[in-house]
Amino acid sequence: MALKIVKGSIDRMFDKNLQDLVRGIRNHKEDEAKYISTCIDEIKQELKQDNIAVKANAVCKLTYLQMLGYDVSWAAFNIVEVMSSSKFTYKRIGYLAASQCFHESTDVIMLTTNQIRKDLSSPNQYDTGVALTGLSCFVTPDLARDLANDIMTLMSHTKPYIRKKAVLIMYKVFLKYPESLRPAFPRLKEKLEDPDPGVQSAAVNVICELARRNPKNYLSLAPLFFKLMTSSTNNWVLIKIIKLFGALTPLEPRLGKKLIEPLTNLIHSTSAMSLLYECVNTVIAVLISLSSGMPNHSASIQLCVQKLRILIEDSDQNLKYLGLLAMSKILKTHPKSVQSHKDLILQCLDDKDESIRLRALDLLYGMVSKKNLMEIVKKLMLHVDKAEGTTYRDELLTKIIDICSQSNYQYITNFEWYISILVELTRLEGTRHGHLIASQMLDVAIRVKAIRGFAVAQMATLLDNAHLLTGNMQRMGICEVLYAAAWICGEFSEHLENPMQTLEAMLRPKVATLPGHIQAVYVQNAAKLFATVLKSQEGNTDSTAAQETSQLMIDRLPLFVQSANLEVQERASCILQLVKYIQKLQQKDVEVAEEVSALFAGELNPVAPKAQKKVPVPEGLDLDSWINEPPSESESEDEQPKAIFAKEEPKHSRPRREEVDEKELAKRREARKQEQANNPFYIKASPSSQKVYQEAPGVEHIPVVQIDLSVPLKVPGLPMSDQYVKLEEERRQKERAEKKKKEKKKRKEKRSGRGKKHDSGPESEEDITPAHQVDIVTEEMPENALPSDDDDKDPNDPHKALDIDLDKPLADSEKLPVRSHRAAEAPKSPTEDGDATSQEPKKKSSKEKREKKKDKDRDRKKSKEEKKKKKHKHEEKGEDLLGGEAEEPVVQSEETNEVAAPPTSTSAEETATVAAAEAAPMPEATSGIAPDSEPDEPKDTEMEETKSSKHKKKKQKKEKEEKEKKKKKKHHHHHHHSDGGGEEAVQNGTVEEEEPLPPMSNYCLLAENSYVKMVYDIQGNLQDGSQVVVSVIFENKCDSFLKSMEFNVLDSLNSKLQRPEGSGPHDGLTVPFQLPPGVSNEARFVFTVQSIIMPQKLKGTLTFIVKNEDSSTHEKLDFKLHFTCTSYLITTPCYSDAFAKLLESGDLKCSSVRLEGVNMPFHHLLARICFHHHFSVVERIDSCASMYSRSIQGHHVCLLVKVSAQTVSIDAKCDEPTLLGNVLDEIKQTFSQC
Amino acid sequence: VQNTVQHVLLQAEDMQQQIIRETFHLVSKRDDNVCNFLEGGSLIGGSDYKLIYRHYATLYFVFCVDSSESELGILDLIQVFVETLDKCFENVCELDLIFHMDKVHYILQEVVMGGMVLETNMNEITTQVDVQNRMEKSEGGLSAAPARAVSAVKNMNLPEIPRNINIGDINIKVPSLSPF
Repeated sequence: MALKIVKGSIDRMFDKNLQDLVRGIRNHKEDEAKYISTCIDEIKQELKQDNIAVKANAVCKLTYLQMLGYDVSWAAFNIVEVMSSSKFTYKRIGYLAASQCFHESTDVIMLTTNQIRKDLSSPNQYDTGVALTGLSCFVTPDLARDLANDIMTLMSHTKPYIRKKAVLIMYKVFLKYPESLRPAFPRLKEKLEDPDPGVQSAAVNVICELARRNPKNYLSLAPLFFKLMTSSTNNWVLIKIIKLFGALTPLEPRLGKKLIEPLTNLIHSTSAMSLLYECVNTVIAVLISLSSGMPNHSASIQLCVQKLRILIEDSDQNLKYLGLLAMSKILKTHPKSVQSHKDLILQCLDDKDESIRLRALDLLYGMVSKKNLMEIVKKLMLHVDKAEGTTYRDELLTKIIDICSQSNYQYITNFEWYISILVELTRLEGTRHGHLIASQMLDVAIRVKAIRGFAVAQMATLLDNAHLLTGNMQRMGICEVLYAAAWICGEFSEHLENPMQTLEAMLRPKVATLPGHIQAVYVQNAAKLFATVLKSQEGNTDSTAAQETSQLMIDRLPLFVQSANLEVQERASCILQLVKYIQKLQQKDVEVAEEVSALFAGELNPVAPKAQKKVPVPEGLDLDSWINEPPSESESEDEQPKAIFAKEEPKHSRPRREEVDEKELAKRREARKQEQANNPFYIKASPSSQKVYQEAPGVEHIPVVQIDLSVPLKVPGLPMSDQYVKLEEERRQKERAEKKKKEKKKRKEKRSGRGKKHDSGPESEEDITPAHQVDIVTEEMPENALPSDDDDKDPNDPHKALDIDLDKPLADSEKLPVRSHRAAEAPKSPTEDGDATSQEPKKKSSKEKREKKKDKDRDRKKSKEEKKKKKHKHEEKGEDLLGGEAEEPVVQSEETNEVAAPPTSTSAEETATVAAAEAAPMPEATSGIAPDSEPDEPKDTEMEETKSSKHKKKKQKKEKEEKEKKKKKKHHHHHHHSDGGGEEAVQNGTVEEEEPLPPMSNYCLLAENSYVKMVYDIQGNLQDGSQVVVSVIFENKCDSFLKSMEFNVLDSLNSKLQRPEGSGPHDGLTVPFQLPPGVSNEARFVFTVQSIIMPQKLKGTLTFIVKNEDSSTHEKLDFKLHFTCTSYLITTPCYSDAFAKLLESGDLKCSSVRLEGVNMPFHHLLARICFHHHFSVVERIDSCASMYSRSIQGHHVCLLVKVSAQTVSIDAKCDEPTLLGNVLDEIKQTFSQC
Repeated sequence: VQNTVQHVLLQAEDMQQQIIRETFHLVSKRDDNVCNFLEGGSLIGGSDYKLIYRHYATLYFVFCVDSSESELGILDLIQVFVETLDKCFENVCELDLIFHMDKVHYILQEVVMGGMVLETNMNEITTQVDVQNRMEKSEGGLSAAPARAVSAVKNMNLPEIPRNINIGDINIKVPSLSPF
């Protein structure tokens, strides 16, 4: 043995450790990937070894590789192995790896539940801490549900280190398992006043995070937080609380008023910038929530703005940034106070730091007015010219457009100016926002009628100079503008001064290089222009001009007829034929202009983008009902290939073509030419258009003439927007002068008038009249449009589920699943009572949603509900409660099977019995769900554990699929978790049809009197061969408060209660919680045992104080703790080959037992043995199964269970005969009871 | 060299690498005299998120936080984290962090847990880290005696000599090293 160890460690010398790996990677810079792949091979070898140290080392290296971006999910099972090591060193490595590599879809996570639970209850606080840290990274809904109660217990742990972690992780648990929020909240609240600052800070952290998402539920905590704010000196806590108040004040203005004073005091007094900043932020939030107009608050605004100005002026860029950020919040409600700092903000636009420039830009948005818009935009345009990097320039561009177009162009006084700004923006190189500019052009031209003439003129110039926009490859984004230009020129062609010139511009051969959708618009609008031109030309006596125009069309259109773009081709060929027909008519001297323009008669009205959505659904129309019979299942299968085809089609059509190599392409081209030459109907194309035909598919492939545009572009003939600034200034001055004149006149007319006031001072917003009489057409909406704006809230937001009312008293049914199992035959099953008590409406509604999916169950349940309604008519509880009640037992039992909620109010009892009568004994059966159900699944999993891990993965995948199928049926699934030692019901995966197991519990009664009831369960501690953990659930049965509970046991020589250091051998242990009436809670006690081969009983006493409103009494309750031999066994999976070897070894002693008259299915029998006696099934063949377990001190216990008729024979082998005998006795007893 | 601390870690490996690359790209090209905040792009989860970073010699410490955190507070937290590293590694240098990524993680886990700030008090953090390291030592550690000897031999041809960061000398202005 010793030799083996030495050999092992020599082997290990040559294993790489993490440092070697890192060094190796650094030394193999050139062939890193190759080096790492050899390392991964080594790691795989190391993982195959039995030595846990080697494995841990391997996992440690894997964690590093994962960090470098390598997929290590294949080692998930090994990570679990290392996690379950008893040594802290390895455990920590395992958990670190898990926290890095596991995510919700990692399937081995479900194997970790019991391991984590064990670590959470470990006597070593760092084991617990490591488990909590790991769990916080990979908690899943299942883990959250199964462990919520354990974590909640840890919130009252004696060590602040654990309390703090447990409190913090609760947030993650809430997110994954929202039902836990209400039961856990009271304790969380309690932790706000924890003596340890770390725990307190964690609690504040969690509650703030919760409140941020659903503030209204946390208003009732305001006084508590207010107290904390005034008393705490921890800046972290203060910042969090102040931030929280910022979220709460909008809901409760009275709170805001109260806050202003302490906050302003803090602002004046604190030296910490972070705190100052948050105070200012919250004051702003308060001021926003208070409806303005309160004179004394303007002082606060001034204070904030002043402080922010100091921040912005600070040389520290961080403060500058934050100052701007806060400023933008004030801006929303008090724009005036910010506007006075315009100088400062414009200055920030010149900052070298992009983050700061972006913030300043945001502020500008709210600072514009009719008066300063032009000035600000002018400044921004300068920045556009100077800006480096397209991102920032694009940002500027969108900001300019945002600023100008905000609130329906409210601030634009001169649309000519705006159009020219847009035109100037088209000269930006490399912008992605061509589309945005185009849509603005269209919007303005359509909606501002007065501007059309000007817009059309500008667009015509743009079209004329189109080559400047399309000249450069990089500028492709901007050619979108031509789309707008072409459309505007066509649609409003009556405003064109020289339509003929524009028509020619639109029919240039170069147009064919534009993207297809733009060409299409070109073609269509060329036709519109053609109509206009004809109209003007036919008025003249000279008819040749009109015929020339037609000829122009006929000459140029074939270019488009050959376009590869379907839309372009179709439009072009239609119009070409039309023009040919017109030409014929013209040759006969028929006047056609009227008829041609009639084609495009009528005006388009702007329609609001949401108009379609807002059309109200007519009464009596059900959009969700089937028009025809719904397609059958089999049809949907047929549909699949179709869908694939449709999806793949576009892929084939375009990019594929580019992949074809040159040779092939040339060959095809030849072939095509041949074909075309032989085809008499093929119109021979000009060389350029042929190119288009071949290469149009990708925009990048359009042949473009490169024009070097090093000189800044100036489109000739376009007015510069700057001119407008001057013009506008002049105009305004003139207006002012005129007004003055008028006023003077007025004054002259009535000298005693009060006109003087208007005389001086800056003009107000309203005084500025727009340059044109602008009639902004509003967008059309359908009649009876619904005014509501659809909420765009993300339905997947996990925080939505946490919108839970926390002030309602806690119903017992909401208790977290404790890991006890409801005893099926218990006279007063706790769940039954729990179910009956009040249900929140919220819960009910969620249940209703579930119900939708469970269509099958629905009818049954409904009828049940109705039945119940009749029964309970006399009760005040009402339908709400009944509804919840009817479903609750079903869901509960489906979900968890492990609720242990104690009875509370006797008033509820009456209801309970009825509900229970229907729901209790076989919940699955009553729920009306096919009994092939969930409890079987985890057994499969467990079963798998006995096989090789590879095999296992496959199986689990299959299982997953199955599960998903089931989910569809049932929506709710659950891993039927049994208690801590990892004992889960085991059953052969093939027997799916067998009936489900009745719920089981390992908790048995310890003692009971009129005040308190104790149930307990004992589990071995795998990490320490001499320890067992006794979990005791204390339940308060009376109407009084139970406190100062002390748990004491008279130690024997063999077994001792572990007491904290420094306490005497007879001192009791304080139970770490108090019990309000009707509440139960669990505490764990660690015992050390020496010999485990015999069962043992320990006498003990619980002392406690019963506190009423007026008096309190000291009470005690004696009990006997029964340590069975079973409780020293730990469920340990065993592979069948290992099992066979073990039996062959001959070290084991034999024993056997017979059980008569056992009347239950075989898989129930096995499940019971597994569950109550901590065994796992190694193999099962028909009615025969081998089982295995291991004691905390390493004894192997093997069973061979056979059943024939009603006789069960168990042959057993163990290396310790006394232990075996006792275990068999206990098994016998288990079955004699049922 | 970059040490990116991603609070939102649950991404697929390639996505995670892309985030780190992009982050590094963003952060490393910034001057020392610009602000330490970067607005969230779509890559790190949208506009509610910010990158907050600090630059020490050749190392960047980047935190990605949402709007529930105080920006200046996080800057302080990074300082606390780095000072803790300095204490735990005794004059931390870049190579310490590179070769002992696991230990860095253990320390970070005492500061931040599951994406939430756990502890801000440096003494408390170092105490807890020390106790756990002592536990590890008493268990023999991962690299028991013989392996360590080999390690020492391997170390002899270490090409680079660690450069010290020496936090005390770096004069980054901390706006609010308030009594945390």
